[in-house]
Parts: sequence; C-alpha cells; structure tokens
Amino acid sequence: MKIIVAVKRVVDFNVKVRVKSDGTGVETANVKMSMNPFDEIAVEEALRLREAGVATEVIAVSIGPAQAQETIRTAIAMGADRGILVRTDNAVEPLAVAKVLSALVAEEQPGLVILGKQAIDDDAGQVGQMLSALVGWPVATFASKLVVADGRAEVTREVDGGLQTVEVKLPAVVTTDLRLNQPRYATLPNIMKAKSKRLDDRPLADLGVDAASRLTVLKTEEPPRRKGGIKVGSVAELVEKLRDEAGVL
Amino acid sequence: MTVLLLAEHDTAAIADATLRALAAARQIGSEVHVLVAGSGAGAVADAAARLDGVARVLLADSENYDQMLAEPVAALLASLADGYDAIVAASTAVGKSVMPRVAALLDVMQVSDVVAVDGPKTFKRPIYAGNAIQTVTSSDATIVATIRTAGFQAAGEGGSAVVEAVSGPEPAALSEFVENFTVTSDRPELTSARVVVSGGRALGSAEAFERLLTPLADALGAAIGASRAAVDAGYAPNTCQVGQTGKIVAPDLYIAAGISGAIQHLAGMKDAKVIVAINSDADAPIFQLADFGLVADIFTALPELTAALEARAR
Repeated sequence: MKIIVAVKRVVDFNVKVRVKSDGTGVETANVKMSMNPFDEIAVEEALRLREAGVATEVIAVSIGPAQAQETIRTAIAMGADRGILVRTDNAVEPLAVAKVLSALVAEEQPGLVILGKQAIDDDAGQVGQMLSALVGWPVATFASKLVVADGRAEVTREVDGGLQTVEVKLPAVVTTDLRLNQPRYATLPNIMKAKSKRLDDRPLADLGVDAASRLTVLKTEEPPRRKGGIKVGSVAELVEKLRDEAGVL
Repeated sequence: MTVLLLAEHDTAAIADATLRALAAARQIGSEVHVLVAGSGAGAVADAAARLDGVARVLLADSENYDQMLAEPVAALLASLADGYDAIVAASTAVGKSVMPRVAALLDVMQVSDVVAVDGPKTFKRPIYAGNAIQTVTSSDATIVATIRTAGFQAAGEGGSAVVEAVSGPEPAALSEFVENFTVTSDRPELTSARVVVSGGRALGSAEAFERLLTPLADALGAAIGASRAAVDAGYAPNTCQVGQTGKIVAPDLYIAAGISGAIQHLAGMKDAKVIVAINSDADAPIFQLADFGLVADIFTALPELTAALEARAR
C-alpha cells in the first residue's frame, strides 16, 4: 500500500518568534524555517513501514509557498519516494488543508495517511482528525506505537492518564506523538539524490478546493509579560518569601 | 446563543476539565447544554444536571461511547448540532481527538485552545508555543471550539437541569478499543493541582527524580510534573510532561527543579501565579520567568526545602 505523509514548513522550533509591532502576525521574514518536528516523526514512521515491507511507496505532501519544496526535499532525502507540493501563497487553515489532502487521497488511494499531531506554529492540532472525517476513515491520534497487519492498525495512543491502545480498520489516518520514534537524519548523498526524485508542483486552484478562510485574525499580540522576579540566597529565604510575600504556602 | 458542551467522565464523576470548560461555555452563550455520552453514565448525567449554569443535560447511554472514541462520539455530536450555535469541549486528549472531526463533519473551522472568550464568535488563543496570542473571529454558522481549561474556574453546584435521553447514529465499525494502561496516582491531577513540582534532566535518574521530588510534592500536596528531557530520559512517565505538547498547567505555585526553561516547556507553565526556579546554572532561561529563583544544587536544595516545609507543617 501507499502511505501519504503530510509535512509542513514552519518556523524552526528553536527560534523565539517576535510579534510584529502592528499586530498583524509574527515575524517570519529572515527566520530559520524547518520541517515541523512531528512531521519528521511521521515521515520516519512511514519509512519504517516501507522498510518492514508493509508499505510500497511513501509520498510526502506539503501545502504552501514554493519554498515548501525544501521541506518535501527533506522528506525525500530521509527516504520518501516522491513529493507533491500544493502551491499557494495564502495562509491555509486546517480545514482547507484537510480538504486538499482528501482530494489527494482520492487520487492516490493510500492505505494510510500519517500526519504530525500538531504544527508548532498555529498549534491547532486539527488536520488529521478533519481529514479522517472528510474521507470517512477512522483516526488514531497521538500515536506512540503503530503496528500494521492484516488490513488493520493497532495504535497505542498517548492520552491524559496514560496510554490507550485502539485498533483501526485500514485505510486510516494516524497522527504522531513525540515518542513514536526517533527520526533519522538525511545523509549528504541522499540529500543530493533527493534533488532528482519526482516532485509534482500543483497550484491549489487545480484541486478544486475552496480554501477561503473561515477565521479572521483580528490581531496578534505579545502574551502578558511577567514582571521580573528576584533571586533568593537560601532555601530559608525562599520559604519565607513564598509564605509572606507570595502567600502561596 | 445555545452551547453544547461535551462532558468528559469516567462513568463515576465529571472531569475537572469539563467543569472548567463550562465556565467558557457560559461566556459564549446564555444557555448551556451538556452532553454525557457513555454506557452506564446515568449518575454522571445527574451530577451534570446539578452544575451551576447548565440548562439541560443530554444523556447518550450506549456502549458505542464507552471509551469516547473519536468516530462514534463525533458522529453523535454532529447529529445533535442542529439547534446549537456552538459546540465546545475541554482541550484534553478526548476533546482534541473528537472536536476537529466534528468540525469537519459540519464543514466549519475549529478554534483550538481558547484561553479567553471576547464575544460569541471572537476568541483569544495562543500560537507559537504561547509566544503570541491571536484574537480570531469566526464566520462559520456553528462555532466548534476546544477550551484550554487552565485559565477558567471550575463550575460549582447549584443547578437543577432536566436530563433527556438522546441517541446518535449507529456507528460504522471503524475502530475498536483494545486496552488502557493508566498511570495510577493518588496525587492531585496535574492539570488542576494548586501546586506543581516539576523536575528536569538535571535530576539525572529515575531514582533521584522519585527520591527528591516525591517527598517535596507530599509536603506541598502537589502534583508532579516533568520536562520533556526528563520524560525522554525515562525519569518520569509521559503523563507528567508539562509543555507545548504535554499538559498545560496554571497552578498557584510551580516549582521548576533542574529545568533550564526551553520555549516548549515554558509554553506549558508560564501562566502559573508564582514560579520558583531552582537550578545550579545562574544563566538558565527559567530565571527570566521565575518570581523567585534560587541558584543552588538541586540535590541539596530540594531535601532542604522539603525539610523546611515539613518542619513548618509540624
């Protein structure tokens, strides 16, 4: 079976983002961008399934501007077989991304779609679940273990009180949690080879998806700043401050 | 505006997260209905009916909803959506799995992790690990939202709503529950604890984590949290992780022991009322956020702090 992996180009997780002074968003010009960390985990898991003989082809898909090609090339350098860029310069909300993916699912007929559990820029955590609804498949979110056999996937999920194992019928949508695997690095020879692999570049308009925004961002602001604290010299002083000044003991 | 709130429960009691999400639901609309789905959840429905501000309780009593799997619960919510202006749930593992599926079934966008309600269709939510707060307004006919509960007060009792039985569509057999591995603890729940004591990589071992943090947490009646580094190293279970992708907490007192203060960890605790950092590295970023910082070796400072608190209690 084929596996589609959705990858997103986001501001690198180590960058401390700055809110624009006019309140229209955060500064993304001249900021280091990378593949969303959860998506690296998704790519890794798809590759492992191919290496185990469960999958035959891994297709990396991204939706965004032309630069998102780099993110797809990274996935290919990790080992994905080919890529699809659905190109748009506009911001795309999770619902529209899910619709684009469902159009690609209809074309490619994968047995599994693996996505990260959330993107670290909008922190929405919606696309996988939305896609599952649109295509009428089961969804297993926050996967920390995935076993595929006999047309079913047994997925161990990270839930609030511990772990939960569910079994879903394939085709299915799975979203990855941090502990699913340790993503591999792309080696230099593979990065070079990735440049010659197939990457379809398709304008969003070609997929017939209405990607109009449903949410309007009125403003983006800095979170309230904490006032500077003090350093104490000893445990005794700390206890005293917590009791008398802060009143939390 | 009528709001439908999905209740989370263990068939015995309603989750604290739902009690807090109720406060947000009441700010969105004047009338709040609560959906209790599960088998043998009658007692939960009765408890929901007594909550202050609940106008009606819908009880979907069926084995289909036993473990609140996304497929049947989303189908149930979507089938009840007519007549509601908003459908909300707490941003828990269940809420986060079910609600986007509901939103897509209704062809609307979801507003994730609402931290403030500015109007019936206008909300504040954090982005970029809480480093920016976005105010968004929705043009959709039905609002679907998850509530980040740390900032809302839990609702109390004082209501007397009617309980009404409802049923949803018979689900297609897409998924099956296999088993749960629950980490049992008699400590307060991390997300609702008044005090949280968290450990990081500097603890060095699971044994030290247990030996140093457990007595301190006992002395304070606190929940125990951990940084991602501590969880990855196996010092603490995953359920303890505080941060952007773990649990979001806002206790009265948060003690960060041996935690450097990476952006992703701060995202989960920077709304605590009072933050204490104990770290041997005076330049650790956590000190920029902490109300009270102590530059000290945690291996001596934590037992000393525990002893001081125990002495006070006596």
